[in-house]
Amino acid sequence: MSEAHHEELPFWRKYIFSIDHKVIGIQYALTSLVFLFFGFCLMMLMRWQLAYPGQPLPLIGEWFSDESMVGGRMLPEFYNQLGAMHGTIMVFMGVVPLAVGAFGNYVLPLQIGAPDMAFPKLNMASYWIFLPGGLFMLASFFVPGGAAQSGWTSYAPLAEITVPGKTLFTGQTMWLVGMVFLITSSLLGAVNFLTTTIQLRADGLTWMRLPFFVWAQFVTSFLLLLAFPPLEAAGILQLMDRVAGTSFFLPSGLVVSGEPLQVAGGGSALLWQHLFWFLAHPEVYVLILPAMGIVGEIIANNTRKPLWGYKSLVYSTIFLGFMSFLVWAHHMYLTGMGTAINAFFQTTTMIISIPSVIILSALLISLWGGSIRFNTPMLFALGFLPMFGIGGLTGLPLGLSTPDIHLHDTYYVIGHFHYVVAPGTIFALFAGIYFWFPKITGRRMSETLGKIHFFGSFAMMNGIFMPMLWQGLAGVSRRLWDGGVTYAHAQEVLPLNKVMSYSAWTLALFQLPFIFNLFWSIWKGRKVDDNPWEATTLDWATPTPPPHGNFETIPVVYRGPYEYSTPGHITDFFPQHQPEGA
Amino acid sequence: MSSAAIRYIDSVRPDTGLYNGKLGVWLFLASEAMLFGALFSTYALLRVGAPAGTWPVGASVLSVPLATVNTMFLISSTVTMLLAWAACKTRDRAKFKLYLGLTVLLGAVFLAVKLFEYNLKFHHHLYPSTNTFLGLYFTMTGLHGLHVFGGIVVNAYLWGPGSKMWDTAPDQFTNRIETAGLYWHFVDLVWIFLFPVLYLT
Repeated sequence: MSEAHHEELPFWRKYIFSIDHKVIGIQYALTSLVFLFFGFCLMMLMRWQLAYPGQPLPLIGEWFSDESMVGGRMLPEFYNQLGAMHGTIMVFMGVVPLAVGAFGNYVLPLQIGAPDMAFPKLNMASYWIFLPGGLFMLASFFVPGGAAQSGWTSYAPLAEITVPGKTLFTGQTMWLVGMVFLITSSLLGAVNFLTTTIQLRADGLTWMRLPFFVWAQFVTSFLLLLAFPPLEAAGILQLMDRVAGTSFFLPSGLVVSGEPLQVAGGGSALLWQHLFWFLAHPEVYVLILPAMGIVGEIIANNTRKPLWGYKSLVYSTIFLGFMSFLVWAHHMYLTGMGTAINAFFQTTTMIISIPSVIILSALLISLWGGSIRFNTPMLFALGFLPMFGIGGLTGLPLGLSTPDIHLHDTYYVIGHFHYVVAPGTIFALFAGIYFWFPKITGRRMSETLGKIHFFGSFAMMNGIFMPMLWQGLAGVSRRLWDGGVTYAHAQEVLPLNKVMSYSAWTLALFQLPFIFNLFWSIWKGRKVDDNPWEATTLDWATPTPPPHGNFETIPVVYRGPYEYSTPGHITDFFPQHQPEGA
Repeated sequence: MSSAAIRYIDSVRPDTGLYNGKLGVWLFLASEAMLFGALFSTYALLRVGAPAGTWPVGASVLSVPLATVNTMFLISSTVTMLLAWAACKTRDRAKFKLYLGLTVLLGAVFLAVKLFEYNLKFHHHLYPSTNTFLGLYFTMTGLHGLHVFGGIVVNAYLWGPGSKMWDTAPDQFTNRIETAGLYWHFVDLVWIFLFPVLYLT
């Protein structure tokens, strides 16, 4: 350990306002896991209301204020708050900070042989803008009128006329301010990741020798850098609408509850959707690309063979990133944009499915002929493949404007999206946690608990999301507070609500072994050496845990990232930093 | 030199030809271009969507002479910014102080004139809520003004306490002036678009 010749920093500089990318990565990881859990709890409340509409919530129902539940019976406004905030928290405060902020921060500089990020102080600033932004948004549950309740998309004009008020402290306004913070944090992070990847690669680490994870993070950062600012602009405009009385998104002649709205008018509701989806479609790839990167690392390591089609993977990822800027309006087929625009966007949408299929196929073919080690990270990575496959394939009918007429705004959309993100991305993130845990702590997480966690979660995830696809095909709208009780066409698929809700609550139980495992293994896990998975990439060439500055000597790279089972080499892995004949 | 040192802070990486700060600021400016790009797109979309004859001509509401003078101030400040960087390169500290000081001053004058203009509008009961044109005017120039303010803060820091690096880390300091300059030129460029779009059409 080289820590000896570093001066000892005071506690608050070492663990709280640290500029070390590894500490910041862990801060992001713990914060986003807490946010994820919180977002999950909101969803479990919603699932009670959907399974037992209008019935009082047992045990904890009385803890809520009369503004959200009366006698334990959930009010529609509160249900809407839960829905809007579940989406926002999971996407912007949970998955992205975990996938990019945590894994990107911790692993990327290690994998490229860098001592830290290019701008360590900026890195610290990213986290300290992210955290207050997130907390501010959560605090909106406690202001009069409650949190934002117009969906995670905050469509105008609904978002502007719901609980209006020129103060800062209304749910929607706090949502907007929180978003500006979260976006700013992401932008600074993206600048940092890109500069680090371009400038701080170790000698010999050429672009085509980068681990696939680094490529995935690199393209993700470009998406964040270029797609987030338009939403920031949109957020500022909606903020002006709410606070300064402008009408950017309010058309002329709007009548609310029988009263004409007293604004100048002249705005466009469609404009918000364009600005929102210009971010939010690339955002989907921000959610999925780091997951694919993690899965790629773990599959190569546990099949003990190189990734199949490394170059195809890289070029597909770049092409995917580029195309993701040209598909946004496939979320808007039903807005009356016109058939010509629909035709354009459904064409680009079909084109973007090609690189996704190439990536998934390459990962799948990578399994062929490998002697697979079925450890917990590998199980989650393997689980990712079919789940993301279902998520991707169910997206095709939504990408075509004609079937979308039937499926739009139904539970089918929710099922599709969650297959991509929940058993898709979140499984990959779990895989990553199990995989890199030994590098962070020097100990392995328990395999037994890990397997309980995996198989339980795998079954329950499908128990939640598969019935959503069926309900959606039956035409059940995604936004119903009572789950469709009052609709004739929903009756046949109504019992599925209970299946989904019990699956969701059981899924929560299956997270308990994970939470226990995470903390227990820090102190009691099996001790391992610096490279327990016998991996080839540079992140495993550091001492454990990596000291400040990461490497004892600056590494030099001699070969590609996945030299597993190289013919003629003495072991079945040939690390990137090992010279020939060593 | 321990392995903990981050490379290419004051020297360029051979294969990219850039030092870290310069690449970082260019990437940041790319995102800024998307931010203002979204606002200009908003302007275009709302203007095209407005019923014929309802969109005011900028000059009938806003003061073109004031904005012209202000444009001059901002353009001059980008020249002095460049001269300040040149003074870093020639190691002439007095000139550096003069030119960067002028940059800060001209930026502050620009903001003062802008606030005076805002005040004039408020006097005539013209607010962001009056119509979509004024809403866009206040939002776009307001956000630009915030960027100018940010640039002034950075430049003032580099002129004052930040200039200690003149002697201790001259190369790194010159780089800082260059990156601050890149940002300042961008802010100026945004105004060069805002001026004709809002005032002259």
